Amino acid sequence: MYDATMAETIYFPAHGGDVIEGYLARPMSPGPYGGVVVIHHMPGYDRSTKEIARRFASHGYNALCPNLYSREAPGQSPDDAAAAVRAAGGVPDERLVGDVAGAAAFLKSLSTSNAKVGTIGYCSGGRQSFLAACSLELDAAVDCYGAFVVGNPPEGMPLKVGPIVHLTPQLSCPLLGLFGAEDSFPSPEQVAELEQALQQSSKTYDFHTYEGAGHAFFDVDRPSYRPEAAKDGWKRILDFFGRHLAGQGS
Amino acid sequence: MCTYLTEKTPVTGSAKGADGWFALSHAVVYYDHPAHAPAEHTLNIDFSNLGKGPAARVAVELTTESAEALVAAIRTTLGARPL
Repeated sequence: MYDATMAETIYFPAHGGDVIEGYLARPMSPGPYGGVVVIHHMPGYDRSTKEIARRFASHGYNALCPNLYSREAPGQSPDDAAAAVRAAGGVPDERLVGDVAGAAAFLKSLSTSNAKVGTIGYCSGGRQSFLAACSLELDAAVDCYGAFVVGNPPEGMPLKVGPIVHLTPQLSCPLLGLFGAEDSFPSPEQVAELEQALQQSSKTYDFHTYEGAGHAFFDVDRPSYRPEAAKDGWKRILDFFGRHLAGQGS
Repeated sequence: MCTYLTEKTPVTGSAKGADGWFALSHAVVYYDHPAHAPAEHTLNIDFSNLGKGPAARVAVELTTESAEALVAAIRTTLGARPL
């Protein structure tokens, strides 16, 4: 089997017509392939997130990770960019939706696309994955420990982030949620509240909470990494995308 | 957790970064994942000039105990200054 992949920095039209940076990883075979928009975590558009995009490509997906901090910090190191965006109040929800819409459109425009696109996001990106799936027509979405889908951030915080659980009736696709039992943002109680909202709206979802894991258990570069949870989580993600994104398309 | 716990305060002073000294505009203080320190969460301070771009930043990531010790040291020093 021919298994070559290619990964590169690209520029694509996003929210408001802005052209932003992204990292595209894709198989070199004809396909057709589903597309995955990889939404990076709050620490930014970094090496570990690009590795995730390449991993999806190796499993037969066209994966595009938008640099959500392109506008505030073009060409800067991920940590400086994340600090600048934090100081500026974070990524506005409306802009995030526009950037994901642009990334999804780019993926669908590829000659190897099967016209299906899903999202996956980590940390703040988990919330943003859910937000995108409630705002855009998608085929699958994965929320990895996204905080403040349910619940408000502490009073007085300068970050522009608020609860979006009220958007649940608009969820356009199946949702996979992966959480840590020891996480506080989101807490198990908040995950349960989201699950209740999904049930009330008769949405298709699949939630798993891992004992012994907290926030960011997929993050191989940090002490929060939990290999057993991450291995099982990856298996569930690939199975979920295999059911909803892979194949010939419609 | 990504705590989002962030405080931003204007400051007057200077910091020395990769390109030498620069005037500060703000200190952004947050308790969250570090980029480098070997801990799950740290007290992070970005001494920044927000008008000079993202690289005008001196960053520190301190364990909770170290941050408490730093606060105490600052208070002690300020308390002992000649009036």
